Amino acid sequence: MKYLKATVAAAGVALAATIVVAGGHANPAVEAGVKARKAHMQLYAHNLGRLGAMAKGEAPYDSEAAASAAANLAALSRLSQQGYWPEGSSNESFENTRALPAIWNDLPGVMEKSAALTEATASLADAAGTDLASLQAAIGAVGGACGACHKAYRQSDN
Amino acid sequence: MWLRSYFLWLCTLLVGGAGLFMIATTPRPSDTSSLAEVVPEASRGEQVFWAAGCASCHSAPDAGGEERLVLSGGRAFPSPYGTFYAPNISSDPVAGIGNWSLKEFAAAIRQGITPGGKHYFPALPYTAYARMEDADLVSLFAFMSTLPASDAPNQAHEIGFPFNIRRLIAGWKLLYSGRGWVVEGGLSPEETRGRYLVEALAHCGECHTPRDALGGLKRNAWLSGAPNPSGKGTIPNIAPGGLDWSAADIAYYLKTGFTPEFDSAGGHMAEVVQNLAHLPDDDLAAIAAYLKRVPMVGN
Repeated sequence: MKYLKATVAAAGVALAATIVVAGGHANPAVEAGVKARKAHMQLYAHNLGRLGAMAKGEAPYDSEAAASAAANLAALSRLSQQGYWPEGSSNESFENTRALPAIWNDLPGVMEKSAALTEATASLADAAGTDLASLQAAIGAVGGACGACHKAYRQSDN
Repeated sequence: MWLRSYFLWLCTLLVGGAGLFMIATTPRPSDTSSLAEVVPEASRGEQVFWAAGCASCHSAPDAGGEERLVLSGGRAFPSPYGTFYAPNISSDPVAGIGNWSLKEFAAAIRQGITPGGKHYFPALPYTAYARMEDADLVSLFAFMSTLPASDAPNQAHEIGFPFNIRRLIAGWKLLYSGRGWVVEGGLSPEETRGRYLVEALAHCGECHTPRDALGGLKRNAWLSGAPNPSGKGTIPNIAPGGLDWSAADIAYYLKTGFTPEFDSAGGHMAEVVQNLAHLPDDDLAAIAAYLKRVPMVGN
């Protein structure tokens, strides 16, 4: 009886382990890509946060800091995203992501929206160091570019 | 003999009942003759257009930028009752609404009645638009007539029986329209403006408020979140308790799409932000101020 219990327990552990492995962490390239693109998004959020605090009036306007954060955003938008989006890393095949399969089915759309972000961040980089009003005016278009991509290619989180 | 008189009675009842049903369910546009005296202002009409979110449903699927001003229709809206397709409401006189009179426009927007005298499905949020002020309605009509024409044909809704019986909408309207403001009492002028924007024009409750079995909004759970009608996920609770952002954060989100953590709006809300970004900062602050006054609902 004791032996039987131990066997059942062991089988249970083995089954649980199998499920964890099958849960989507089997492909290191997929995992690395998802990790990298999330980190990239984090850097956008960090720099936007510094600019947004000034735009909202929560932090004093600092021309140098604004220019530097905006330059970071422009640079981020131009970085190569090689390896960020491997096949099998949409939310249909990987659990820890909200990336929709549409990304892989609509490459021209992705490129177009990505170009719009590069353009909007370049304008922001030109404007952010001038004065607060210029920063406030230019950051909206960046929000629009972020939203355009998230609307089309990211599963709503709610 | 008794059988014959019973039969006659039954016939009378049926015919009378059908007659009453026809009378009770026939749409009756209200008197809008006073509208003719209101002078439209195109710039006001444009603000109403963005606040009321017309483009989010009536522009072509995936339209971006200036294309959102072409109200050719065609977007699909899945629901538990079937799929609705937004019609062409561009200025085209044949495919769109270019030949509508102001009176017909008012009946459509505020009462959900077609120019042909039928009921619109409440996918058009006329229970919210019912409280659109005269000056806003007249200005919106004037603004929309300046937008481009599209000859895209309308697509028939795919609605199952019995929901496809438009006369039944009369009963639905009796239950759910003309019920006044949800949030009442002691509002500041700013909160009152916010209430008008949220409850009437922007019709936020259509997605953010849960619905009962007949598809009516549960006013006692106002803006407390709801299942996404598309079947995937939920629309968030934006009443106090669900949304703990500061009023300034809410207003900034509506202007730029940036959350306090500088994530950005996605899904259908990205589209809403595209509309609301056209509103003056005062209006966005008013929406935020109103949201802070909505009763908290546990969920």
